[in-house]
This record gives sequence, structure tokens and C-alpha cells, in this order.
Amino acid sequence: MTGEWPLYEVFVRGKRGLNHVHVGSLRAADDDMALHNARDLYTRRNEGVSIWVVKAADIAASSPDEKDPFFAPSGDKVYRHPTFYDIPENVPHM
Amino acid sequence: MTVTEPAPSEADLERHFEHTIAKDQRIEPRDWLPEAYRKTMVRQIAQHAHSEIIGMQPEGNWITRAPSLRRKAILLAKVQDEAGHGLYLYSAAETLGGDRGDLTEKLISGRQKYSSIFNYPTLSFADVGVIGWLVDGAAICNQVPLCRSSYGPYARAMIRICKEESFHQRQGYELLMTMMSGTEAQREMVQDAVDRYWWPSLMMFGPPDDDSPNTAQSMAWKIKRHTNDELRQRFVDMTVPQAEALGVTLPDPELTWNAERGHYDFGSIDWDELKQVISGGGPCNTERVERRRAAHEDGAWVREAAAAHARKQQQRKEVAA
Repeated sequence: MTGEWPLYEVFVRGKRGLNHVHVGSLRAADDDMALHNARDLYTRRNEGVSIWVVKAADIAASSPDEKDPFFAPSGDKVYRHPTFYDIPENVPHM
Repeated sequence: MTVTEPAPSEADLERHFEHTIAKDQRIEPRDWLPEAYRKTMVRQIAQHAHSEIIGMQPEGNWITRAPSLRRKAILLAKVQDEAGHGLYLYSAAETLGGDRGDLTEKLISGRQKYSSIFNYPTLSFADVGVIGWLVDGAAICNQVPLCRSSYGPYARAMIRICKEESFHQRQGYELLMTMMSGTEAQREMVQDAVDRYWWPSLMMFGPPDDDSPNTAQSMAWKIKRHTNDELRQRFVDMTVPQAEALGVTLPDPELTWNAERGHYDFGSIDWDELKQVISGGGPCNTERVERRRAAHEDGAWVREAAAAHARKQQQRKEVAA
């Protein structure tokens, strides 16, 4: 019967100033129930100040099978990193 | 520049999988997995989830009879944690495909197992303390290395669980210390509970290494980090000084310090008893599964009503839009 309850993914903001982080999933009939269940399941010890729930079916994700080609465009652009540039040691605050 | 490469062959995928494990990196959902790894992982996680869920029953048995409001609040929180642990684990199992509803079906139809320890009865309130101290203590020994399991979602669930298990063990030990400083009758209850739970706790680590055919493959896949006997020894070594501090006797006349090995020697375990309990012949097997089945079936109308309510709300929203 749980087949009728969709799978929700749960994201929790641990405290102000931090991003929401994925913590796991749960089953719920609707969004309200998903939020309440997420509170009871993932924040029993004050682990969060804010919760997002989203139906797992609504998440678009890159496929690990295409991992290398998908991320290749950033692989050969070393000039995007500060360490790519040589600056003389006597130049301060760089 | 975009280079289109041919789809990787099965051998390539397998090499990539082996390489990821060899580098001690985690396998994540949607990664390609060998079918045997997936099956073993689902079985291990489901069995662990079922143990948490069935594990609510022996202690839940004492919630209404807890001797004080303080103990009752603690016990309620603990049993609620067990439910939570079960759900973290069903969540991890679902990342491997499949549905947690199917796992529940497999549990109540006897096609998947749970830890043998929960098939023993809880006869006095001291059992609540001993379960926290010995059973959760043994579980911690087993679970801490699983925080490094090669399967990412399982490892992450184990990290959460281990943090919470520490509360379980400490409340149990504190409960026992309180009883040990009480009357002679209370001390006898504690000793009786220790006598009944010591050997079944040692059995929680599973069969001895020479009778554990899956261990080698599980260690190669890094879904098991130590053998059953290594973990059992670690548990015995940790527990002996705790028993001394508590003032109870562990029911094993052969338990002695072996300076040469740097470990405690202990007596031989009744493996026939473990086999019997695992295959359904323990004192409470039928009761535990029947109770789980009844809870599942009695809750069916709630699940159906919630789904119907959600459908109706959705329809109203669509009409309004």
C-alpha cells in the first residue's frame, strides 16, 4: 500500500547560515505529511531550523554513467583556479 | 569541445566499480553496480531495518509499566529512535530500487530476517537496562565500522544511528546502576537479566568465522570491515570492565584475561541455539512477526484514508486553478 504514497527527499538546514543538506527520504501521502514526518524523523534532536521536502520523482539528476563527459567542460580549464597564476612572493595580499 | 564516446562495456563498468572501491571511495545511488553487490546490500540493509522495527517490541512491552515518569519518557524516546533507525535504513534500501512496502511484506511473510536477539522475551524492567547496555552495546560494536561501508547511503544512515545509539547504551547502564544501588531483590533482577542476555548478545555477531561463507566477499566489497569473531572479541573486552564496575557477574566460568593474547578468553557459544532462533524456533519469533503483521494490517485504513485525502486535495487544487 505504501506504493500509493510517493517517495519524498528531505533537505535540512542545520542552523542559520548553512545550506540545506540532503539527509534522506521518506514516504508520505502529501506535502504537509511529508514535512511533519521529516520533522519527526530527521530533527528529533534539534538538527534543523528549516526543512525542504520534494517528491523524488520531481528531481532531475545527472547520470553517473555519463560522469566523465558531462563534467569534462570544466576539466581542462585550469585557468579558472587562482593557483594557475604565478605571482612573485614579494607582492603582498595576493 | 565535445567528444562522443561509445557506451562503456560491462567489463569497463565493472572495472570502474572495483576501482572506486579500491580507492576507498563510496558507491552512490545510480552508479552501475554488479547485481550480486546490489542484492547483498539490499538484504543487509533490509535485515538491519527490520531488526530496528522488530526491536521496538521487547522494550515497548515495558512502556506502560515503567517505574517512574522519567524512565517512561526515556523509554518512549528510545523506542521512537528505533522506529527512526528503521526508517533511515528503509530510506537507504530504497536508493537501490524497490519499495519499502515490499520489504515490510517480506518481513511479515518470513522471507527476510531480523536480528536473533529480539526473539527473546523481556521478563522484568531490568531487561530494559540490560538491552541498552549489552544489546545496544553489541550493536554499536557492529555498527561503528559500518559508518565506513562502501555503500554511501548506508554509511550515512549508520553515522546518524551510531550517534543516537550512544544515548541508548548510557541510559541502559545508568538504569542498571540505579537498580544495583537499590534493594537485594533489585540486584537479583539485574543479575538474572544479565544471565539471560549475555550469551544471546554474543550471538548477535553471527556465526564463527569458519562458518560464515559470505564474509570474504563482503570484506572485499568493503561492506563489512571486520569479521564476526573480531567484533565479538572486541565486545567482550569492552564489556568485562563495565560488568565489574556495575557489580554483576557475566555467566561464563571460562571468562579470563589472557595476557599473551591481550584479550579475554571466553567459553564456547551454543551455535545450535542461534541456528534454532534464526530459523524461527526462538521463544518469541511467532509473536514478534504476528505483532508486526497486526500493526501493519490495522494501519491499512489510515494509509488508504491519507492517500484518498491527498488525491481529493489535489483535485480541488486543479479545479481551482
